[in-house]
Amino acid sequence: MTASVGRLAADGRLGAATARSLGRLVQGYGISAALGVPLGIAMARSLLVQRALRPAVLGLQALPSICWLPLAVLWFGLSETAILFVVVMGSLLAVAIATEDGVSGIDPVLLRAAGTLGIHGPRFVAGVLLPAALPGILTGLKLGWSFAWRALMAGELLFVAGGLGQLLSQGRELLDAAQVMGVMLCIVAIGVAVDQVLFRLLEVRIRRRWGLVEVS
Amino acid sequence: MRPRAGRPSHIPGFRAGRQAHGIAHSLRMWTELLARLLGRPVRGRLVPHPARLGPPKIDVFRVGHRFANRVVALRDVNVAVHSGEFVCLVGPSGCGKTTLLYALAGHIAPSGGRISVDGVQVTGPGPDRLLVFQEPALFPWLTVRQNLVFALRSRGLGRAEADARAREYVHLVHLDGFEDTLPHQLSGGMRMRVQLARALAMDPAVLLMDEPFAALDAQTRSHMHELLQRIWTRDRKTVVFVTHDVREALVLGDRVVVMAARPGRVLHDLEVHLPRPRDPDDPALVEMSRLVREELRRAERAAAEAAAPGEAPDATRPPDDGAPRRSAPALGAPL
Ligand SMILES: Nc1ncnc2c1ncn2[C@@H]1O[C@H](COP(=O)(O)OP(=O)(O)OP(=O)(O)O)[C@@H](O)[C@H]1O
Ligand SMILES: [Mg+2]
Repeated sequence: MTASVGRLAADGRLGAATARSLGRLVQGYGISAALGVPLGIAMARSLLVQRALRPAVLGLQALPSICWLPLAVLWFGLSETAILFVVVMGSLLAVAIATEDGVSGIDPVLLRAAGTLGIHGPRFVAGVLLPAALPGILTGLKLGWSFAWRALMAGELLFVAGGLGQLLSQGRELLDAAQVMGVMLCIVAIGVAVDQVLFRLLEVRIRRRWGLVEVS
Repeated sequence: MRPRAGRPSHIPGFRAGRQAHGIAHSLRMWTELLARLLGRPVRGRLVPHPARLGPPKIDVFRVGHRFANRVVALRDVNVAVHSGEFVCLVGPSGCGKTTLLYALAGHIAPSGGRISVDGVQVTGPGPDRLLVFQEPALFPWLTVRQNLVFALRSRGLGRAEADARAREYVHLVHLDGFEDTLPHQLSGGMRMRVQLARALAMDPAVLLMDEPFAALDAQTRSHMHELLQRIWTRDRKTVVFVTHDVREALVLGDRVVVMAARPGRVLHDLEVHLPRPRDPDDPALVEMSRLVREELRRAERAAAEAAAPGEAPDATRPPDDGAPRRSAPALGAPL
């Protein structure tokens, strides 16, 4: 198994596939975060938006992300866009829901303080709402990340599009279990690295700054 | 309220006369002296607040509030605060002091009555009023200085200006050296002082303060009293100050509004006639605070009797609660 991973790494296929997958992930996940956070804030702050969108968001959240693939293929063909669409749909709603929870959970006295100090508009959203909800938003982003990663792998497995998923199905076609397991290991490693290193670090930093943990 | 007879050192005229600032003071001194010479009983320094002429700065008119859980936090509250006045609200825990302050600040809409500031009905928070919360209410992700700067910048101050002002007010509340500390690294009393600094730095015309000094030791508290009074006299602010501590109210206030609970209402609206600066250990002040506390205890006893089973007149009250009623509260009744 090590040999086959080594082989893949040596001829550059592993690197290229990883770069390809991560590139897609960053794009898709970026879109999810950029749309999901404002959507979550809007759902928490506006009764109208909440009434209109919340049932749909909660309902669609129950749909496994790969179920979006047939629709994506119908709309966008067997293209990059189709995979991005699946990644976005897989993580957007989780980010939105966690952000909504985070914003609804803000200590009301902070909102009142902002009101009495006359903090309005963009300054209020960027300076009070977002930072106050940040611990909750980060949880959502973390969840969204793992959903996006899964959706991406599922998408890449289902049609030839390059990336780690394709390396997996290639291994299967070649009846090379070692390659399959090696690539699986890489996928786990990347997932864990981002989850446990990047997000964990951010989370600890934020919780410490916000005074949510004991500082010893 | 009357001071005991035979205590000449408590006669207001003499003290007030020594530091009289204006015609009003000397007039009062002479009338009181005259009254004394003619053998009539001398009015105390705590007198029912007479209705003042002219439009008030803050007008609380027949305000009632009932929360969604049917708790009547306020009933038929009438208070008029004139510009530049320092009014203290005292009353037992749960009598609606915070609720009234929230209504003044525009954070809740009272379910009955009308609150106006400068003749304009209050419908929400406004830049003319600033509430100092019972909790520290600091932004936890910002340092002490950033908390002030952020608020000041939202008022349109430039970066340098806001920074200088923040530094100045942090110094005024005796927190030098803590500028770059996060709120959760401060003690409760220090956090309240940061909030006070933020409020004072914002320089509002009306300051609404909810027990800002409850968590402070006597020494720091008296420093904060001095600071607050200095700024109040310098900038002619209108202050509504809530406290549990009757003596604190008497040290700070031009007026002391005594409230009672269940339902929250005004019992007395008293004017404090004592020269400033006032000493919390001044026997006259101590005596006044004893009388006010006695009054509070009496109200509490009456409420307890009313709530006792079998004789519950509370149940016979009209269920309108928040709605204004005809009968005025015992404003100005002598204690
Ligand atoms: N959000 C709320 N919902 C329902 N009831 C409330 C709410 N806030 C306060 N009350 C009730 O209203 C009454 C007045 O509360 P308030 O906080 O104004 O009292 P307070 O005079 O400020 O007391 P304290 O001195 O303890 O701060 C209390 O009986 C309380 O139970
Ligand atoms: Mg209170």
